[in-house]
Amino acid sequence: MAILVLAEHDNRTLHPATLNAVAAAQRIGGDVHLLVAGHGAGAVAGAAARVSGVARVLHADAPQLADALAENLAAQVLAVAGRYGHILAPATATGKNVLPRVAATLDVAQISEIVAVLDADTFQRPIYAGNALATVRSADAVKVATVRMTAFDPVAPEGGHASVESIPAAADAGLSRFVSRETTRLERPELTSARIVVSGGRGLGSGGNFAELLEPLADKLGAALGASRAAVDAGYVPNDYQIGQTGKIVAPQLYIAVGISGAIQHLAGMKDAKVIVAINKDPEAPIFSVADYGLVGDLFTLVPELVAALG
Amino acid sequence: MKILVAIKRVVDFNVKIRVKPDRSGVDVADAKMSMNPFDEIAVEEAVRLKEAGTASEIVVVSCGVAQCQEVLRTALALGADRAILVQSDEELQPLAVAKLLKALVDRERPQLVILGKQAIDDDSNQTGQMLAALAGMPQATFASKLDIADGRATVVREVDGGLETIAVTLPAVVTTDLRLNEPRYVKLPNIMKAKSKPLAVFSTAELGVDVAPRLETISVSEPARRSAGVRLPDVKTLVEKLKLEAKVL
Repeated sequence: MAILVLAEHDNRTLHPATLNAVAAAQRIGGDVHLLVAGHGAGAVAGAAARVSGVARVLHADAPQLADALAENLAAQVLAVAGRYGHILAPATATGKNVLPRVAATLDVAQISEIVAVLDADTFQRPIYAGNALATVRSADAVKVATVRMTAFDPVAPEGGHASVESIPAAADAGLSRFVSRETTRLERPELTSARIVVSGGRGLGSGGNFAELLEPLADKLGAALGASRAAVDAGYVPNDYQIGQTGKIVAPQLYIAVGISGAIQHLAGMKDAKVIVAINKDPEAPIFSVADYGLVGDLFTLVPELVAALG
Repeated sequence: MKILVAIKRVVDFNVKIRVKPDRSGVDVADAKMSMNPFDEIAVEEAVRLKEAGTASEIVVVSCGVAQCQEVLRTALALGADRAILVQSDEELQPLAVAKLLKALVDRERPQLVILGKQAIDDDSNQTGQMLAALAGMPQATFASKLDIADGRATVVREVDGGLETIAVTLPAVVTTDLRLNEPRYVKLPNIMKAKSKPLAVFSTAELGVDVAPRLETISVSEPARRSAGVRLPDVKTLVEKLKLEAKVL
């Protein structure tokens, strides 16, 4: 049976997390179909059709699908669910919001944030903030799962030639209404897909220091900026910078943790980075137990030195 | 307005958990247990709504072993009016809990159900959404601000890239994110008072719900350990290592 992947998008561009979810779907084996549900999202459907390994794109277009409201988006997935043995979505805020609603209506369990596909019924997923890995098997007729994007290398965004099939939009459930959106302005690479991440914690001391010290370093490296929960709660940066169990999960090539102690909650969000660098004045900080390279010292002198040394 | 709050008893967030040597699960036999942190936020929000005069009654529910009464008593001490324990010694997965909560929603007819966005043990982030689906209610997940007025809940949600505001008609399901509020501490006199508040116990059979697990856990293993790193003397060495050894610059 074919596999349905719910495409993540903002009606203009296809979110790269979709490519990681398609990669997970390919591990299961079978035709991969992408569902693009939105409003005025023709360009997204076009981009979806070019994704390597996608056999078909289902495109539903209606005003009630514009803002990915859970009730309407779940109804759209359910409208086509009968054709599929697996339904996947990237474990983004949208995927996490919508897919359990789909699963419950189908009376099946959901497997959250899979990090490996062992076979069509068996998956691996982290539990206890990533301190254990559970291998679970589903006996349900339909497997519904969200995919942790950092665990699967993305498929190529180009090279596919899928057909685009327009499908009728599910009716507006009329239960919820989109009001407004407040987007954090990003002038840097996006956190979850960045090759290098520079991340700051409570050690920075203030939002001003965060900008003054870490931004030049991030600019020099072409890196995304992240933060620990402590830095977010202290108001240094907005909460969508937060990396950890309850924030974003990143797995960049290089992760530089500045003034971050390394609580379990934070480590859950970044310990799959290829190389971890820790800069902290406390030699006992738990971050040093996962760091490949550690510098013990004052971040207020070490970070500017690092910026200078990078030339 | 009646509010139903679902809470879970989990291994305390400060406990460093260990995988059992036979890989059958995580060793929680002697671990300190507490209320799931997101659920504390859910209870706090309900209590604030009652203090503001928006809510008239708060019913807290927990599903699981008899010891879940402890977290229910904590919620009562924080300001909930009465508690329900759905007692079961079996493993209850999110779909089963959602069905049990749906059965209680049918009995209690709350206008608002508040849950934490995820439990810190199974990290599923499913139960609230599943309950909303089963009960035919709208959902507002990952809430960082909640306003109730005119039969609607207006909720600011934490989403990737920023914040989003939606309005849902009541009755609705809301799941809490970390920044919704700062939960209060339990006061000793309230712990005493909580002991006399009503706590009803149901079995899963009484609620007519089949709670058989749908996902079979085949094994639980330790994640791959990172090899121990090195402390470097200065920034110059770090840049050299990143360029020549790690090759990430």
